[in-house]
Amino acid sequence: MSLRGTAAVIGLAERAPQRYTGNETNLDLLSGVAVEAMADAGIDRAEVDGLLVHPIGGLPGFVPATVAEFVGLRPRFAEVVDLGGATGAGMVWRAAAAIGAGMCTTCLCLTGTRRRRRRASPRTSGAEPSSTVHQPRSNPPTRDRSPHAEFDAPYGLIGANVGYALLATRYAHEYELSDAQRAKVAVDQRRNANANPAAIFHDQPLTIDDVLGSEVICEPLHMLEIVMPAAGAAALVVTAADRVVDAAQPPAWLLGAGEAVTHSSLAQAPDLGETGIGVAARAAFSMAGVGPSEIGLASLYDCYTIMVLLTLEEAGFCKAGEAGAFVESHDLSYAGDFPLNSHGGQLSFGQAGMAGGMSHVTEAVRQIQGRGGERQVQGLEVAYAHGNGGIIAEQVGLVFGAGR
Amino acid sequence: MSARPIPPTSELTEPYWDAARRGELVVQRCERCGQRPFPPRAHCPGCGGPSLSWAPVSGRGTVHSYTVAHRPPHPVFAAQLPLVVAIVELEEGPRMVTNLVDCDPADLEVGMAVEARFEPIDDADMVLPVFTPTRRPGSTGTA
Ligand SMILES: [Zn+2]
Repeated sequence: MSLRGTAAVIGLAERAPQRYTGNETNLDLLSGVAVEAMADAGIDRAEVDGLLVHPIGGLPGFVPATVAEFVGLRPRFAEVVDLGGATGAGMVWRAAAAIGAGMCTTCLCLTGTRRRRRRASPRTSGAEPSSTVHQPRSNPPTRDRSPHAEFDAPYGLIGANVGYALLATRYAHEYELSDAQRAKVAVDQRRNANANPAAIFHDQPLTIDDVLGSEVICEPLHMLEIVMPAAGAAALVVTAADRVVDAAQPPAWLLGAGEAVTHSSLAQAPDLGETGIGVAARAAFSMAGVGPSEIGLASLYDCYTIMVLLTLEEAGFCKAGEAGAFVESHDLSYAGDFPLNSHGGQLSFGQAGMAGGMSHVTEAVRQIQGRGGERQVQGLEVAYAHGNGGIIAEQVGLVFGAGR
Repeated sequence: MSARPIPPTSELTEPYWDAARRGELVVQRCERCGQRPFPPRAHCPGCGGPSLSWAPVSGRGTVHSYTVAHRPPHPVFAAQLPLVVAIVELEEGPRMVTNLVDCDPADLEVGMAVEARFEPIDDADMVLPVFTPTRRPGSTGTA
């Protein structure tokens, strides 16, 4: 069964990313955007019979049931998607698949993460933090096995900076890639953010010199090539083809989808050129019956500049090894010859936790619907959105069209 | 000695850590298909075989990739900057996350030969396999 034309996104809601959310809980954020997305689509909650959420802090389980109760839903299809930064994109095809299989007709896809100011940790007398407190914050102690805590974390492969720096080093070894070429991605995306009032860096222009002059965090990656953690939430309403006609907004048809999960530890990842990025993208293009050259907007997961370059070539927008030259020779702004991450990307829009990955989907939908405002990509017919989780571990590609 | 997140071991992985305490690097080998999976596990990811035996490896390998971290990935590494995190490909095939030690970060290259060292972890009866650039014969440097 192909999902092509089975369902369309007819409504969305997105909070502007912010550094910190006040006292709002994850449940508050999710139920807030759920209500706003249903209003945007012009539907009543009684019409929603599908629900997709992700693991959230504070709840060890039972997330779909809890969110459903809080929003006032009684879904016939409810599940958790746990694909890191690919979660939002992964929700969209799952919603369409559930619709196509007759398990529901209208599905809410909810993402959101709160972020609170951390209390400063008490100072200790030694220069080093106590070495008895060794468990990385991201890994709560567990009695069962954690290969990550056992074989990656003791070496400092914690969080994502180190992992993407390892990818950037390997890429530059196999191909040619300059620091300035990576920086160009951040700079062009910032121009998009400067046209997006919701972007966290809306008011701040950026130059290649700014990027290259920023602190090197993990060689070769500079501070301004790395997403800044933020908080926020985003929601989509996906509905069956026969319900689209009644919708308040124009549809963004799901034309194709692909997914690939290849590893957990980066040391066990496929070689560059053979990662899940291309597997997911090729499946999405194949289902949609379109090629990369027909894409009018590429909305590509950009936790780091290097991730955009890897995706551009593995998804087939350029040849292997040519991503650096490709970004250098194209204007990547919304008005340019290769519109990329017209919302600013997470680098400039903000990485609002689990809603960060979803922002690539909401932007593709918004642009297909013609609701891009100042940054609208003119004459857009087909857009590609890509989600990426972990350290290139989870990949989802989606093709959206204005027509079915 | 260095401060680190202490690896949470399990019964299955104890032989790996016991070997490290003896200054040996061991990885599993599938008795059915010969694959050497890493990290250690109960079933072979190549053929599903349940018989994985421990076998010593040479401790020699090459750098698949590396990065020099100038900010600590976790506060426990604050006194160890710059920290070189690497993926090393063992001569016998498997790739593992590691650190490159006793080296000048400016001299590092992808593809360079490295060999295992064994570093005790602070406040834990544990030893962590790490790697250092292989000294070329005739070289007078400290690698
Ligand atoms: Zn086997």
